[in-house]
Amino acid sequence: MDITFDNVSYIYQPNSPFEHRALENLSFQIPSGSFVAVIGHTGSGKSTLIQHLNGLLAPTHGSVTVGDVTLQAGSKPKNLKALRKKVGVVFQYPEHQLFEETIEKDISFGPLNFGVQKEEIKQRVQETIEAVGLSSDMLERSPFDLSGGQMRRVAIAGVLAMNPQVLVLDEPTAGLDPKGQREIMDMFYKLHHEKNLTTVHVTHSMEDALAYADYVIVMHNGHMYMQGKPLEVFKEKDALNKVGLDVPEIIELTDKMNKRFGLSLEYKKQSIEELAAEAAQKLKGASV
Amino acid sequence: MNSSMVIGQYVPGDSPVHRMDPRAKITIIFFFVIVVFFANSVASYGSLALFALLSVGITKIPPRFIAKGLKPVWFLIIFTFILHLVVTKEGNVLFSVLGFDVYSGALIQGVAISLRFFLLILITSLLTLTTTPIAITDAIESILHPLKKVKFPVHELALMMSISLRFIPTLMQETEKISKAQASRGVDFRTGPIKERLKAIVPLLVPLFVSAFKRAEELAMAMEARGYQGGEGRTKLRELALRKVDYAVLVLFTFVIIAVFLTRA
Repeated sequence: MDITFDNVSYIYQPNSPFEHRALENLSFQIPSGSFVAVIGHTGSGKSTLIQHLNGLLAPTHGSVTVGDVTLQAGSKPKNLKALRKKVGVVFQYPEHQLFEETIEKDISFGPLNFGVQKEEIKQRVQETIEAVGLSSDMLERSPFDLSGGQMRRVAIAGVLAMNPQVLVLDEPTAGLDPKGQREIMDMFYKLHHEKNLTTVHVTHSMEDALAYADYVIVMHNGHMYMQGKPLEVFKEKDALNKVGLDVPEIIELTDKMNKRFGLSLEYKKQSIEELAAEAAQKLKGASV
Repeated sequence: MNSSMVIGQYVPGDSPVHRMDPRAKITIIFFFVIVVFFANSVASYGSLALFALLSVGITKIPPRFIAKGLKPVWFLIIFTFILHLVVTKEGNVLFSVLGFDVYSGALIQGVAISLRFFLLILITSLLTLTTTPIAITDAIESILHPLKKVKFPVHELALMMSISLRFIPTLMQETEKISKAQASRGVDFRTGPIKERLKAIVPLLVPLFVSAFKRAEELAMAMEARGYQGGEGRTKLRELALRKVDYAVLVLFTFVIIAVFLTRA
């Protein structure tokens, strides 16, 4: 589903001493099927932005369009339930939202609310628990007996079971071990392609943004600071550093090698081995 | 962040009212609350109202903001007013509405009671509007200090208060976060029949309790790890001290009290 932000501003607690402008005149378009990374420093408005995607917040000014639902500033939003059915949000630390007695019940909770048939739910529960890398023998256990990482997976399964067309991820791997982080991100990436989802991924990890996204939005103080393809955005090291962001390590490395050895390597998503081979070849060529 | 206001959420500022010693503020409010019940004439109500409104004026907090904070209480004030109009039967009949006779005594009493209510809430919310929760607990600890002689756990009580006050915003944030997460999973907290809405609270309460208990445990552990063992021998970074402003306001307030008792009908 296409997502369009048209001149969106959001103000927390307007007309009070606590007034806070979280988004200002934000405009962008996300075509259906893209994987977008939203990066920015803490407090740059990333979380506020994604809460507009399923109508948890309505813009103070401007309008947000997701698929065929439009949230217009000033008018009461309709079709919120239909919107939320299509847009699945995995919040930060989603394991905090678990509450049912069994894992199965918790995963079924979302689809049940959206009126999915019992048989269909059973099938989705099976599918999603396997998709997040847990065994379906666990379904009868209490989610509170699991480890933190497993709870996270159950919570994610609960969102996936809604069969959303748009997947919004708010730092879904925060606090997990490196292996778990990679597994979860690879799982999202696989689903993104298999189910032809539109994915919006808020992250602090430039590595993830580079590896998975095909478009990057950089937020700063509620404004759109930069946007573009990952390789283009991460070329602008100075601009990113200015707002407290780094470039991915591999790009930093390429940069440093170029400076140190006077090379002209260009990073275009090679693996580190390929990059090394390329560098070696150029160095040899130079010395001959 | 919650857009709906708590009654008397602390608003940072630099007015004389903000800077007053919290003990002086609590003392004044304590006696104000008592004296309000003795007021029974225009002049006695007037002097109390003047004192309260003057204090509000000095804080420089926008009156609109305070009024918004009092929103949940307006209903109660109006309800008491109407109740008095209907129930009290003193004085002459002024007019009648829907078969109810409204007496002059009822009108006077309704206004008086509503005003009393309003002043009570205004002055008490002024305390929390201009004083940080920590300052309030410090003041209470200091005021209750003499009770230590009779083995009353003053410090522990103050600690409990400051911990619970400290965690109110945290819990509210948590509530908001979880309710948003559940709303994203299709829970509807706002519409639908009452029974459904009550059911919708379960997915909110369970995670909230789980995280509150977890937080309590973590806090206890962190305190123990840092060697906390109660109030014995603890000193304060900011000692409370009464200053000129505090004495001046206390004297002024004494005059207000005297005025109230002199002008009583």
